[in-house]
Amino acid sequence: MPAITVRVNGLEVTKEVDTRTLLSTFIREQLKLTGTHVGCDTSQCGACVVTLNGKTVKSCAVFAWEADGADIGTIEGLSDYSESGGELHPMQAAFREHHGLQCGFCTPGMVMTAVQLVKDNPDIDEDGIRHGLEGNICRCTGYQNIIEAVKTGAKAMRG
Amino acid sequence: MYEFAVKSPSSVDDVKAALDEADDGQFLAGGQTLIPVLKQRLAMPSDLISLGRVKDLVGIQAAGDSISIKAMTPHADVAANGDIKSAIPALAKLAGGIGDPHVRNRGTIGGSIANNDPAADYPAAVLGLGATIVTTEREIDADTFFTGMFDTSLKDGELITEIVFPIPEIAGYIKFPNPATRYALVGVMVAKIGNTVRVAVTGAGPCVFRVAEMEQALTASFSPDSIKDGMVPADDLNNDIHASREYRAHLIGVLARRAVAEASS
Repeated sequence: MPAITVRVNGLEVTKEVDTRTLLSTFIREQLKLTGTHVGCDTSQCGACVVTLNGKTVKSCAVFAWEADGADIGTIEGLSDYSESGGELHPMQAAFREHHGLQCGFCTPGMVMTAVQLVKDNPDIDEDGIRHGLEGNICRCTGYQNIIEAVKTGAKAMRG
Repeated sequence: MYEFAVKSPSSVDDVKAALDEADDGQFLAGGQTLIPVLKQRLAMPSDLISLGRVKDLVGIQAAGDSISIKAMTPHADVAANGDIKSAIPALAKLAGGIGDPHVRNRGTIGGSIANNDPAADYPAAVLGLGATIVTTEREIDADTFFTGMFDTSLKDGELITEIVFPIPEIAGYIKFPNPATRYALVGVMVAKIGNTVRVAVTGAGPCVFRVAEMEQALTASFSPDSIKDGMVPADDLNNDIHASREYRAHLIGVLARRAVAEASS
């Protein structure tokens, strides 16, 4: 069992993992950060998207030990959480404003992907957003409002 | 998944040593194919030899008449690389159309061509551009590398270190993606290198292949009109739930014409 040390949402953590433990399993079951969802577990749906050293990955298609030494970002790290409430990330707020979700299962992956898309390309246009979300599937097919949300979120992130 | 041990060497020499020590070791590159395969228990290696810590296997280098891509370079880096975008834009476009952004951040060129999936994009680039595959043991011509479905001329333990692409005069790549998987239902790479034209087709058959008749016609006149329907017979093409062999044969002609037009634009 290798021990790995990662920074998750800015906090360093060291844990032992089985060689077969997926990054998604590590995040959900060992770190108890269940905001990262596992939809298909066949690396197609994108519900499990997290950032690994600033790049989006499907965490069900990465072994936990491959992330040893890396910076990981999950949905829990986006908002400015505090006991008194705190502020949503502008992209989360935009998803709420535009109702960019129906059942909400794909939302963590959608939001993580959207935030990184805008960080990488602040002036991203609708075409870029649509292509950028190709790896994220919404089985409710609520894409129209998701696109609207990302456009608004991008504008808010540009400030 | 079946149980396996893990080794994470940091140099090519250590990779070889790690493989020698393992009963039945398997290289792990980006894992975008291998990890799903392990989940389905379709493979049972004793050891995974992870290549992710070998810094020498990542990077892109432009020389005068060629561009070298190290085996562990992810698709996203190839798609975004300035030298590739200006010298071989068709290659940057191809890499930027593989899977989706998350897959492109992990998947690697070496892993893709070693796996030689019949519907993968990179084999079309490697064969269509006439690249050379450099391994720990030798240099292999693209023409002898892809030997069949999921099969290559790589020997046991032989590791791809880089792929060297000659810079073509012009090239174009068009694929008809399966809308769910983004794999190529059919993809055609057309390239003009000096006085020769190469046409490589992926997705349509059990393994990427060249089309001599199209190459001759395009050598005589590099124009979409040179591509005639029926230059690739449907008989040996893939026939599955996604498309019939006749439809794939039709697509080859259509996409080849578009690839020629794109190369010429």
